[in-house]
Amino acid sequence: MDASAAPTRQLVRMRGRSYVAFVFCPTVPIVGWLEEIDATLARSPGFFVGKPVVLDLSAVDLSQSAIAHLVASLEQRNIRVLGIEGVDAAHVTTSMPPLLTGGRHCVLTQIEPQKAEAKPKPKSTSLLLENPVRSGQSVVFTDGDVTVLGSVGSGAEIVAGGSIHVYGALRGRAMAGVNGNSAARIYCQKIEAELLAIDGYYQTAEDISATLRNRPAQAWLDGEIMKITPLN
Amino acid sequence: MAKVLVVTSGKGGVGKTTSTAALGAALAQMGEKVVVVDFDVGLRNLDLVLGAERRVVFDLINVVQGVAKLSQALIRDKRLENLWLLPASQTRDKDALTEEGVRSIIADLRTKFDWILCDSPAGIERGATLAMRYADEAVIVTNPEVSSVRDSDRIIGMLDSKTVKAEKGERVEKHVLITRYDSARASRGEMLSIEDILEILATPLLGIIPESQDVLRASNVGSPVTLNNAASAPARAYIDAVRRLMGETVTMMVPVERKGLMNRLLGRRAA
Repeated sequence: MDASAAPTRQLVRMRGRSYVAFVFCPTVPIVGWLEEIDATLARSPGFFVGKPVVLDLSAVDLSQSAIAHLVASLEQRNIRVLGIEGVDAAHVTTSMPPLLTGGRHCVLTQIEPQKAEAKPKPKSTSLLLENPVRSGQSVVFTDGDVTVLGSVGSGAEIVAGGSIHVYGALRGRAMAGVNGNSAARIYCQKIEAELLAIDGYYQTAEDISATLRNRPAQAWLDGEIMKITPLN
Repeated sequence: MAKVLVVTSGKGGVGKTTSTAALGAALAQMGEKVVVVDFDVGLRNLDLVLGAERRVVFDLINVVQGVAKLSQALIRDKRLENLWLLPASQTRDKDALTEEGVRSIIADLRTKFDWILCDSPAGIERGATLAMRYADEAVIVTNPEVSSVRDSDRIIGMLDSKTVKAEKGERVEKHVLITRYDSARASRGEMLSIEDILEILATPLLGIIPESQDVLRASNVGSPVTLNNAASAPARAYIDAVRRLMGETVTMMVPVERKGLMNRLLGRRAA
């Protein structure tokens, strides 16, 4: 028996694919044209980096050596030529880029390097409420301080990541420093609060000294003890 | 331009229905064409207060569901030809109300009347939210006690967020109407003072209606207090409130019962 199996033939697969290339159309004098290229490179040095470039020589009549010289000059400027078109096959040697035919026009969509993407608006770190907060309303703002110009009604609730400032009467519940910010404080023009909390430590209306009632006051945390003192 | 005014409170028993009837009648007496709409589906009362309970054939729900035409459900008051009632259904509940149905009825009423007064049910559920949904103005009825004031505060918050006007970024014009105010008890400190109420609610005052037997008496005979005894203290207070609603400037005062000479002379009987 024949033990050696015939090696299976690997099929060479080929696919067609088209690419968009920059086409250079040099004009005489070539020296002047090269200066133009230099000026472009001076403005934006990386302009041709990594981009396929094709030389279209149909507008000029160059000898074989002149073509070789032109390709070399471009290479010096870090521009690699992918192919040449619009020239007689006899003028192209094997050391030069291959001859291309059948190019089609297309629109070059130049992608501008995106300017440092419009920075996302810095997140607001405070919330201002110009109207009274009514009974049953709940204002939750965990990114920072909450300032209320009106009153906070009985049965209303303010939850803030930072401090809470109430320029009217505070009759509802105020919870400051909910993200573990023990430095947060609660300030109000008139304290009649149902509940005050800072970083989870709370006092209910019953715990708040009657002598403070109806007066401007602030609450803060002293270690694990909530202190409420008049603001004067 | 027709105005849709909701009479609301949050809390029950503060005098929404009485106030709706009294304000509606007073507006009609001034020559405005008024319809009062009862939104308290399942617990209707406005028909009783207006003395129209025996003439109800079709109701709000029939119109919402297309069973009856609006003109069939409207009941004209026998005493005031400018006053109409759109009664609620007593056999259904608030779930029978749909937002689209209410919208189309209100739009229809706007073409026929100068004032559309919506008598809201108590609470903050469907009936109350639909009653306020299309309002241009609101009268918040409040008693001088903490529970009523807190509920009113809640309702004001809803007026600022759940109405069509609020959702369009406009404002529902709001007025506080204090009812069942007893100046004697207030002076003894047994009631919240007017200043305290207004400070808590931060909303302009429309009027102060004194506690009075006249209100109860009027309700019992099925007549709005402004119609039953226009000279009584609560009636005068409602009429002042209506004049303020119509844009007049009327000095705010708490009307007191007028006592006759003999009453004043012999007011107190010695023990």
